[in-house]
Amino acid sequence: MTLAPERTSCTSDRSAPRVSLGSLDTLWFQVGGTLCNLACTHCFVSCSPTNHTHEMMSLAQILPFLEEGVSLGVKEYYFTGGEPFLNSEMEAILEKTLGFGPANVLTNGLLLDPDRCVRLRQIADASDYSLDFRVSMDGYDAQSNDPIRGEGTFVRILEGISNLVAAGLNPVITVTEVLSENGTVTGKERFFELLRELGIAKPRLKILPVFQIGAEAERGGTYEHWQRLRESDTPGGCWDHLQCSSCRMVTDQGVWVCPILVNEPSGKMGARLADTLDSFPLEHPACWTCHVYGVSCKT
Amino acid sequence: MNKSRNPKELRREGLTSSSSPGRLTGKLTTHRGMATWGERLVPIGEFRQAVKATGRQLDESRRRLATREFLKARPDTTTLEGPFNRIVVFGGIYNNHLALEALLEDAALRGAEAVYCLGDLGGFGPNPEKVWPLLENGEVRTIQGNYEESLSSDREDCNCGYTDPRDNHFAEISYGYTARNCSDGFKKWMGSLPARRRVRLGARELLLVHGSPRQINEFLFSSTSPDSFLEVLLDQEGCDGLLCTHTGLQWHRKLPSGRNVVNVGVIGRPANDGNPHVWYAFLEASAEDVAVKLVPLSYAHQRLAEEMRHEELPAVFVETILAGWWTTCLEILPARERRLSRF
Repeated sequence: MTLAPERTSCTSDRSAPRVSLGSLDTLWFQVGGTLCNLACTHCFVSCSPTNHTHEMMSLAQILPFLEEGVSLGVKEYYFTGGEPFLNSEMEAILEKTLGFGPANVLTNGLLLDPDRCVRLRQIADASDYSLDFRVSMDGYDAQSNDPIRGEGTFVRILEGISNLVAAGLNPVITVTEVLSENGTVTGKERFFELLRELGIAKPRLKILPVFQIGAEAERGGTYEHWQRLRESDTPGGCWDHLQCSSCRMVTDQGVWVCPILVNEPSGKMGARLADTLDSFPLEHPACWTCHVYGVSCKT
Repeated sequence: MNKSRNPKELRREGLTSSSSPGRLTGKLTTHRGMATWGERLVPIGEFRQAVKATGRQLDESRRRLATREFLKARPDTTTLEGPFNRIVVFGGIYNNHLALEALLEDAALRGAEAVYCLGDLGGFGPNPEKVWPLLENGEVRTIQGNYEESLSSDREDCNCGYTDPRDNHFAEISYGYTARNCSDGFKKWMGSLPARRRVRLGARELLLVHGSPRQINEFLFSSTSPDSFLEVLLDQEGCDGLLCTHTGLQWHRKLPSGRNVVNVGVIGRPANDGNPHVWYAFLEASAEDVAVKLVPLSYAHQRLAEEMRHEELPAVFVETILAGWWTTCLEILPARERRLSRF
């Protein structure tokens, strides 16, 4: 049920296929809310310094979900936002989480100063479980990156990456296909080259398509009417290749089906994880992107 | 009822572009008490009200029921083998027939009643066909790995899908060489292998798989396999212990419930620790439990290196055999395992 007024990109579709939750492997936290020190032009959740659609989450808010995740056999925990390191409790949250399982943080890299990176390394070393980082950038030079992520960000992202590397933490660099060259072999090689120049012998790269929602809808346009999933799109109606068959996203306002649909009230499934173990209708056009491009937000 | 702000009003405040009324502008830096609903702006109260009215909120007893139903056991009709008292379990031969020879000798010396291979027979090393008779003559009970799945179904690559073009380049060489040098008979045999085995060891029932009980290509690394996750996995499979491979790195954990999870590692290449030896697992039944030992295995690695050079396999593969450090395809390693790596 939704109270949404007429939507521009998502209409209720009774024929939409449904995806079952096979296992709850990946538990996401919108730990930075929709608050970010950047306002990237392609952000599918339109994060900005003043977007309070979702608020930051405290350790006290997160803890019950970590404990519930344990009872459901969660394999890994992911933290995103907004910018997670705007959250003053972020390091304490990571320390606590690493007592339960491996943790991953998706960051824009701007707040990764040398001291923080050293502390993060200490937190990583104190656990038997992995602590991993993803740093986002959208171009292999300032000219291509900065119009999307903001003036002067390219240099600051590289500083953040270098600080992580200096602390012995090798992040995955996340690049979207907002610039079509990014996902090509040549584009990837440019990123690998850039990272090797930073002293990373074995660079790690993840390429993601853009979702035509949020700020990106304004920049690049919304979905076409035909970009929707139908039961007949997979033989046997098997949707377990989609991340929503093995993940849930927790925000300060409840549990959503996946990390993509947090700005769609219809993506909310319940108040606690146990409320959200049922199937979900793949009616949003963003579901089409996940299916066609084989997207998984996890590393 | 639509409580969205009037597009004209929003335009006056500079919150939307004039060309797309009601949508966010990409240059937006302030939301002034508005929430982002998809690509639209609505008052935060409206968004929160819609959120509150959406989704389920079960009472505690229904939550317990839902959780129990979600975690219910998965029926498994796999025939139980054994009972045995001593078994050897290994994985990832990667064409390393010399390590396989050494393993079979070791297993005999230890008095193993059965020897199990958890799959990934090919790739990386030389002369894949030499492995087959050793497995057959050694009566090795083998499970299908993702490599056998690919080879027996004539896939064009190992489907590793690395992002780094360099890693893909070496993965292709590795797979292509094995595919060209495997007979049709051997590939057909690979296709006939089971996906899992269940084994009685003393009083315990063990589940043997390639990657995980759920997926042939799931990685169970130590640093990314929490206790609670493994406990649920074992509960669902109704077993007292789990043995797997696929990652290339061996580890053993006694779970809080007392059950054992063992990644037996691989005998095809060293464990990325600067030593040329490889690893397998020896399990022995004790009074009420199972004793697990991860065993380092030395073999004629210099001879293997010579054979790889003769077959013109990449020098970086030979380097791994001699030095014990992985040189390619490190992308699969989680952060913690990667930090222990030389590269």
